[in-house]
Formats: sequence, structure tokens, C-alpha cells
Amino acid sequence: MGKNKKCIIITVIGKDEVGIVAKIATALAENNINIIDINQKILGDEIFAMTLLADRVGSSLSLPKITDKLKASIKGMSLEVTVQDSEVFQYMHRV
Amino acid sequence: MKFTNEEILETIGMIAEDKLDIRTVTLGISLLDCSDPDPAVCARKVREKISAKGADLSKKADFVSNEYGLPIVNKRISLTPISLVVPVANPSAFVEIAHAVDSIAAEIGVDFVGGYTAMIQKGETSIDRALIEAMPEVLATTRRFCASVILASTKSGINMDGCYTMSQVMKDTAGRTAKDDGIGCAKLVLFANPVEDNPFMAGGYYGTGECESSILVGVSGPGAVRRAIEKLGPDADLGEVAETIKKSAFKITRAGELVGKKLAKHLGVAFGNLDLSLAPTPEEGDSVGQILETMGLAMPGAPGSTAALMMLNDAVKKGGLFASSSVGGLSGAFIPVSEDASMIRAAKAGAISLEKLEAMTSVCSVGLDMIAIPGDTSAETLAAIIADEMAIGCANNKTTAVRIIPAPGKKVGDFVHFGGLLGSAPIMAVNQVSAENFIKRGGHIPAPLQSLKN
Repeated sequence: MGKNKKCIIITVIGKDEVGIVAKIATALAENNINIIDINQKILGDEIFAMTLLADRVGSSLSLPKITDKLKASIKGMSLEVTVQDSEVFQYMHRV
Repeated sequence: MKFTNEEILETIGMIAEDKLDIRTVTLGISLLDCSDPDPAVCARKVREKISAKGADLSKKADFVSNEYGLPIVNKRISLTPISLVVPVANPSAFVEIAHAVDSIAAEIGVDFVGGYTAMIQKGETSIDRALIEAMPEVLATTRRFCASVILASTKSGINMDGCYTMSQVMKDTAGRTAKDDGIGCAKLVLFANPVEDNPFMAGGYYGTGECESSILVGVSGPGAVRRAIEKLGPDADLGEVAETIKKSAFKITRAGELVGKKLAKHLGVAFGNLDLSLAPTPEEGDSVGQILETMGLAMPGAPGSTAALMMLNDAVKKGGLFASSSVGGLSGAFIPVSEDASMIRAAKAGAISLEKLEAMTSVCSVGLDMIAIPGDTSAETLAAIIADEMAIGCANNKTTAVRIIPAPGKKVGDFVHFGGLLGSAPIMAVNQVSAENFIKRGGHIPAPLQSLKN
């Protein structure tokens, strides 16, 4: 993680459907949040699981506001979204 | 990706499902510059100091919580023991200052303040006596100010007169708050060997060796520890279980350290320390008793509970120590009966007794905690229970505490409800054999041999 970045980790988990990645990516782009890395898998043929690393330095939104925007973007779909500062993972999983 | 999917999902699961949270951020504030012989002036200085240091605590804690997506459950303040701040041996002065603390705490949005504290392990001053005399009124007429009295230490032995006095204070306080089942006693902790940087209430106060003001963080997460043991399955041996607890404790502590450091920076105060204590709440799943159940005991209180708890407490400390250089406070496992769904069930079923709880306190932090007993328990019996718990702390060089509620008008089998985080509890039986003549001797039990280390 270089200088002047404010990285967040987004997870999206739930029932697979057409367009999930597109909707999340669009919502992030609209709020000037830059995607750095994406990991996506289908577990057991139906569970969609995506973890996404993004930089929110260009966005003025707070973490709860970003979560709200992402939730709104996939409203009506059976998916759970979480947004967390990447420093939390750095602290918990790296010595 | 910098982190694996498993790591990311584990953390998300710990927060969302296992209720990993920052149980409390406690702002320690030194009141040593607020002393004044005029109670009105002293009260004003105390108010102003708390307001100056703590006005932003709630707002800044919410901000950090949102920024990092980690819930902060309580915001609290711990103060220099006010027996060192109020220089007059007048009970009404203590009442006046306690009310000032209570009202400023409400104004700035903190739920508990610790520091109505006297240190009488070796004897009382006239000021300590005034503080203690005012204590029942203070506990009955304030909502937020918590009291603690230090009755024993390994270095000083046990103040037996103090044990007797405090048992009468407990009964008086319970009587004055009888319509709420004696809830005043839930804000009163009696200590042997207390720590001076404990962020948890009701027993927290800000020691004299601390700096002007600092952030003390209390992290919890019994749910996360239980889930990790559950994943191991029933065949894993206890060495593997200990290793798993250690790893969970490490991760939980790191989350707490991150929040503590950021919050201290935002408030412009020092980061004092981090206390990783598995503290239950009455909510299902957020329970230390359930960790013991997951280890293989049908209920807490079963034979084996002391061994299981020793291992849990030790593994939590080891994981925490490696995770942060600022580990302090109590850092262990709490077993408050009324605040833990599994302990409440065990007490109701008769699986756990006061005597077994006493044994368990010799291997964990902190002590006989949030236990309701019949209101007609004599002051002498209560004093003897307190003395036993002090003796465990004294001889084992550890913190022990007593927070017992002699619930007025209640008998064994009745239920008391304190509400909120304090939970509810069945009234537990007390051994009826008399200790009266022992307690009435009074005096002081000398410091044990362990005190002579120099």
C-alpha cells in the first residue's frame, strides 16, 4: 500500500446473479473510488463471493456512507456487503 | 491481493457474527490538580477538568468506529481516586462532588465513570472514612459514578475491619436501592491488588502513576473465541484448543490496538494501554460460560471448570501479550454471573455454586462478580465472603474482586433483573454456617510471606 492511499476492503457474498460485479464497480466509479484488486469466486455452484481492494482517497464519503451506496446499488438482490478499512486486516493478520 | 479470502472472511465473520467489539474506550483523567478544601470549588474544578478532557470522547469514538468499521460499545471515564482529590473529612463534600461528576458524565454522554475510590488495604484516614460514610447515598443517588474500595494487597495483607465496614455499606446501599433489587451494589467493587489502568467498570480508576490523560481500551470477543474452538471440532486435544484461543486473542487484541491508537491521536492524549478481557454480555453467544461449554463441559460449574478456565485465561494473556506492547489492565476472562447467559442458566440449574465460583476466581480475572444473594444474609457472613476472596488475591499475587448484590427481600430461587448490560440473575445460596465470631475479632491479617520479595 503506497503513500496517499486510503484502502478499503469490500466483501460481497450471496446468491449469484448476472451483473453483480458491474453494479458494484459502477457504484465505486461514481463515487471516485478506485479498484486496485478483485478476487471473485463461485462457491459450490451458487454462492457468489467477492473480495475487493479499493482506494477511497479521491472520495469524500465516510465508510458507512460508502456501505450505503453499495447496498443501494445491489438492492433487491440476495447479497450481503461489508466495507472495512484495510488497516484492520493489516493489524489482525500481519505481524 | 494483499490478504487471502479466508483472512478477509474470518475478520468480517468475527465482527458481524461473533460480536467482536471494542467493549469500552475509557478516558483516564488525572484530577490531582482539582483538589480544594472548599467542596463547591473542588466540584467546579472536577467538572471543568472532565469537560475539558472528555467533551469530545463520545463524538471522536463514534468517528473512529465508523472509519474502521469496528463497533465501540461503551465510552467511559476513569478518574484519580477521589479520596486523593477531596481534602476534607466531610461526607457531604463527597456527595456534592459525586453529583458534579454524575451530571457532567451525563452531559458528555458517557455511561459510567470510575473513581469513587478509597484505598484502605492497610488502614483508613479520616478522609477515607468520610468517603465510605457517604458511599451508600452516593451509589443510591447517582447513576454513573462507580465506587471501588481496596481492602487488601499482597504487600499489605487484609484489612478485616474494612471488610466488615464494607459489608455493612453493601447492605445499606442495597436497602437504599431496594426497589431496583439492590442495583446500587452493582456499582461497587471491593479489591485485592487492583490494577491502576483498568478500562472496565465498575472497578476502574485512574492510578496515581498514570500520565495527565490517556486512552485505555477494553477489547472483548468471547463469541469469536468460542467460534474458533467450535471450528476445531470435538476431537482436538486441549493443547490445540489453547493454541486456537491464543491465535484468536492475538487478532482481537490487534483490532483493539488499532482503535486505541487512532482514538488517542484524534483526542490528542496518550495511548495508555489495552486490556484484552473476555467480558460477556447477556446477549446469547457473547458468553464466557459458552466457551467452557464448547471446550466440553455440559455447563460452567461442572467439575473441570477451574482447569478449563485456567487454560482459557492463560491463553488469552499469551495471545494478547504478543499482539501489543501496551497490554495492561486485567487482561483475562471475566465470569460475572448476571451478565452471562450460560452462567445464568448454570446458576438456575444449580450447576454452579458460590464456592465453585470462588475456586474459579483463583485462576481468572477478576472475582465474585455480579452475584445476587439473599437480602437477609448477615453483614458478618458477607464480610467473611469478602475476606475469603481477598485472601485468594493476596496469597496468589493477583487481582481479585467482590461485586455481590444482597438483594433486599429476595430468597434463594428468586430472580433479580438489573437490565441492560448488567443482566439478570437467580439468587444463589449462601453457606449458613456462622463466621460471626471470626469477623467480630476485626483487625488486620498480616501480609503473606509472598510480600517479602525484596
